[in-house]
Amino acid sequence: MKERILSILVEDKPGVLARVSSTISRRGFNIKSLSVGPTSVDGRSKMTIVTDADAVEQVKKQLNKLINIIKIIEFEPDSTLETEVMLIKVSTTRDTQTPVIEKATMSNARSVDVGTNSAIFEITGNSVELDKFEELMKPYGIIDMVRGGRIAMQGIQS
Amino acid sequence: MDRLTGAQLVIRTLEYMGVSTVFGLPGGAILPAYDPIYDSPIRHILARHEQGAGHMAEGYAQSTGELGVVIATSGPGSTNLVTPLNNALMDSTPILAITGQVASHAIGNDAFQEAFTTGITMAATKHNYLVADVSEIPQILLEAKYIATTGRPGPVLVDIPKDILNEESEWIEPTISDMPGYKPTTIPNPKSISQGVDLIKKSKKPILYIGGGVINSKSNKEMYELATSTKIPVVTTLMGRGSFPDGHELSLGMPGMHGNYSATTSLQKSDLLIAIGVRFDDRVTANPDYFAQNAKVIHADIDPAEIGKVREPDVPIVGDAKNVIVDLTNALEGYECDTKEWLEEINSWQKKYPLSYEQEKKGPLKTPYILEEIQKLVDEDTIIVSGVGQHQMWISLYWKFTKPNTWLNSGGAGTMGYALPAALGAKMAFPDKLVLALDGDGCFQMTCQELITAATEDIPIKIVVFNNGNYGMVRQWQKLFYNNRFSATELTHDTPNYVKLAESMGAVGHRITTSDEIESTFKDALKENSKPVLIEFVIDPEEMVFPMVPAGGNNDDVIVNEEAVDAILNKDATEEI
Repeated sequence: MKERILSILVEDKPGVLARVSSTISRRGFNIKSLSVGPTSVDGRSKMTIVTDADAVEQVKKQLNKLINIIKIIEFEPDSTLETEVMLIKVSTTRDTQTPVIEKATMSNARSVDVGTNSAIFEITGNSVELDKFEELMKPYGIIDMVRGGRIAMQGIQS
Repeated sequence: MDRLTGAQLVIRTLEYMGVSTVFGLPGGAILPAYDPIYDSPIRHILARHEQGAGHMAEGYAQSTGELGVVIATSGPGSTNLVTPLNNALMDSTPILAITGQVASHAIGNDAFQEAFTTGITMAATKHNYLVADVSEIPQILLEAKYIATTGRPGPVLVDIPKDILNEESEWIEPTISDMPGYKPTTIPNPKSISQGVDLIKKSKKPILYIGGGVINSKSNKEMYELATSTKIPVVTTLMGRGSFPDGHELSLGMPGMHGNYSATTSLQKSDLLIAIGVRFDDRVTANPDYFAQNAKVIHADIDPAEIGKVREPDVPIVGDAKNVIVDLTNALEGYECDTKEWLEEINSWQKKYPLSYEQEKKGPLKTPYILEEIQKLVDEDTIIVSGVGQHQMWISLYWKFTKPNTWLNSGGAGTMGYALPAALGAKMAFPDKLVLALDGDGCFQMTCQELITAATEDIPIKIVVFNNGNYGMVRQWQKLFYNNRFSATELTHDTPNYVKLAESMGAVGHRITTSDEIESTFKDALKENSKPVLIEFVIDPEEMVFPMVPAGGNNDDVIVNEEAVDAILNKDATEEI
């Protein structure tokens, strides 16, 4: 099913996230990814929501009815810049530490903490790149992993 | 400058907004706000249950088109408001609910009488607020009123912690300025209007399908002008009854599940639905796949989320119904549709399938007959308030509504127990009008304690209880779809004793069992203006409401009367019953 990426500009007020997520879940839609953060304007936050629901048009209209929502933009996946951050803690032994760090470096991941039995990497990229890195590390044993949620911006139209 | 407590700011702001009546019930967390009410010119009506207070505010709002206000305490006080809030949301009724909350420091700690009111009511309100600072109170209340009464109207709740009600702040005059996320579109796009006009000019079988939006925008006169100048027949939905006068040659009445045959069928056979302030509710469309399959659709609504929700329109118009109607009328420049043949066709259905019932002289009373008898005794300004179920459908079918805001009912939510408290709210708004609640026995028993409110607050409403000793509509479905297995629908005809109940609650009670008692007893009831009056009609439990289209069915298959049941129901299995 086609992914839909919504960028939602909201007033930074308590409960806004709950209103947005409950409006979406009321329709039984699953949220694949959600991220929230401040914008360059005081009192405004931006949410990026990725869903694969098909009836997104109606949900967009329902979301627009929420008083604290200022604007909803849907991004075309083809012309959208997208990125996500991931922290991943991988099990290492004396034998595997070097190959793990080498593979991470080749994948443009950054070592942020390295111990004798494990190493933590930070990687930024689109969701496919992050998935690939996870697969690459899996054979060594993933102890913990956290992804920051996808964020998106419309590319520059020239 | 004067410093006022949060509680004083609440009441001061209500006064500033022109609120003259509030409905409510005190309790611990809201207690500070009740102290300044004691000195305020605002009339407080003390309900016996918060649900009743909420419906009173709705009745006030539905009859006036203005804001209704309800006040309740925290915890159970606010949870008891959920039903009227949801009811007001479904029927687009502007009410403001002010609830007390436990003190700020105790929120989230399972304090006594704590409930997560803003969380619980999030999906039952147009918007809600939890006040975080005493100085915000006037601004939030004014915004709440603005949101409740503009755009598509609806309920707004403001939850105020007790400590904030006790803190002090200065009165700063509130203003509506920056609400970046709330800008309702009221002016329709001229391009859509001209596209609509093109469709109207091409149509041979147009229908104006109009609803609550026409009443909410106070545009019945403009609608009359549009319909009569174009000669387009009109169907009025349950929420739109009274927006176009019954009895007019273009008026077809209510369509849908229990609609008039000709109203339902005219939508089915139409080539153009001009839908204004309606939402293609399932009670109108039945199965939308079979609904008005040959019709193009112009859909105008102030709520963009209604456009295309059920039926994708050919011409979508977002705007206030009044502006839409006026713009269409102007753009049509006096154009008259050639609807002569179309009206004749509709008339032939009306003649073939008129509304019908049989009242035997000595037989058990039938509600349609009682309604026709009562209507002879009251004027057209009478405000009719209904519960939910068979009686509601009979009223909508048989009562001739000629004016907007004279028909109050719970349409979308189907809230039993609405009638009595809503009638009380309407009577507060219109003390000089006759306010007549026409209720079922099942509905009445849900909120009947508000008869005490009516008596003690001197609000002389009249309430008719149609006593068939059953949850009549549910029983009707059991009769039609569950092989006469009457599971849990019998209430009994004789308990309670309605006359004694009324008397014990400070009202006057009458009981009518035969047709020859109706006129004299009802006339007596109309003369009684010092107390509320209850008139119980003992009616036939076997009587069913027809016409009928089973839920999820096809509107081509209208069951016009009891004799036609088998032919339709055996035709194909109905779904979603």
